[in-house]
Amino acid sequence: MERSWQPKILAFLCNWCSYAGADLAGTSRVQYPPNIRVIRVPCSGRINPLFILKALQSGIDGVLVSGCHPGDCHYISGNYVGRRKSATLKRFLEYLGIEAGRVQFSWVSAAEGIKFSQVVGEVTEDIRKLGPAKHFVKKAESIGQRPKRSEHLA
Amino acid sequence: MIQQRIREKAKELLSKKELDLIIGFGEGTLPLRASPLFIRNPEEADRLIWNSFCENNLATYLHKFNRFKVGLVVKGCDSRSVIALSLEKRFELDRLFLIGVPCQRMVDRRRVKKAVPGEILHAREEGDKIIVKGENFEIALKRDDFLYPSCQACIHRNPAKANILVADPVEEFSLAEAFPDVREFERMSPGERWKFFEKESSRCIRCYACREACPMCYCAECFVDSSNPKWIEKGLAPSDLEFYHMVRAYHQTGRCSGCGACERACPMEIRLTYLTQKLNQDVKELFEFETGIDSDNRPPLSTYDTDDRQEFIK
Repeated sequence: MERSWQPKILAFLCNWCSYAGADLAGTSRVQYPPNIRVIRVPCSGRINPLFILKALQSGIDGVLVSGCHPGDCHYISGNYVGRRKSATLKRFLEYLGIEAGRVQFSWVSAAEGIKFSQVVGEVTEDIRKLGPAKHFVKKAESIGQRPKRSEHLA
Repeated sequence: MIQQRIREKAKELLSKKELDLIIGFGEGTLPLRASPLFIRNPEEADRLIWNSFCENNLATYLHKFNRFKVGLVVKGCDSRSVIALSLEKRFELDRLFLIGVPCQRMVDRRRVKKAVPGEILHAREEGDKIIVKGENFEIALKRDDFLYPSCQACIHRNPAKANILVADPVEEFSLAEAFPDVREFERMSPGERWKFFEKESSRCIRCYACREACPMCYCAECFVDSSNPKWIEKGLAPSDLEFYHMVRAYHQTGRCSGCGACERACPMEIRLTYLTQKLNQDVKELFEFETGIDSDNRPPLSTYDTDDRQEFIK
């Protein structure tokens, strides 16, 4: 039986707000797509851009990073610092040609179970339209054809 | 003459023992190259040179000498790297003496090599020309036709915060003319851009010359050497090469002076500044920050503003 491709999305959720919001969505039995795998982090400021790159390299189709609303961070300013990293990283990835919408960011509070389900719904749809991750994925057959130095110096 | 004034100043500072060491440029062993020079005695000052082959960013040597009083010959870009390093508290700025040279822009030796019919045995600068000699040729090239792309795009040729300037300041381009390679790259479609980046990084042999040439790359353990977590492998898998280039550029966010030393050091002639200049442009647009202009603000990713832009966040 052929199974058609389903997006696989990694969601980094901050423990105090977004993870709790996701939990609220669950206990409230709100329906949302099952395509996300959650990694709980203490704060959205904990996100090292390398996490996102590693995810894309591993073949994950999309990444969501979600944290507390500005001003509400449990660690006071973590989400502000994370915001700057997110802004610069997102622009850089799109500049390189990684499709816009593969990496997305949100503020979801602990009370926003419904918002969380909406965000996941939107992100899943966006990734479904973009298709499986194709750029940058690390393949098993590694080195392959390398251009010779002489080719480009001509 | 700039060279003469550099030598005089170096002699003076070393004779008076105001400095332990002066780092400048000396004659290179190959045509079209100058070599970093480290002098400790006033008699050695006459070995210092200045020409259009002084392409290295000497700020990269400061990490070794941060307990000494060091003098440094700096172009515009180099001085901004020095300021950026002082913001990161790598040394105390008042232990440094910056001999500032308003930069005439450096010559792209690779383009010169491609423009002549054989191996270059000798090269010298004469006024606005570069005279290049080989076994069966002697050609005079117009210097300004063979400048590095990063120099052509430079908007900060005059050293900021130098202790002395050995020549009159030169005229600067405006910000509107900055980042031409970023604008050119952005004219391509996303698919074309990825193809370009993929092609460039595919030549990488992971020699890390770019990392060694860069003054801002001084981590005791670079992310490529980390085994726990192991971000990428040491080999030449295309995905790992792309990862390396993306991250090395990204680690310069808010820190890169745009000197181009990375690109010049690369033995495979990989284009690199179009990556770092995009980050410089974004940091200017998002946080109104330019590397190395101010010596007492904070690197932009180490701080925040409650009103930072967030239109991209759901």
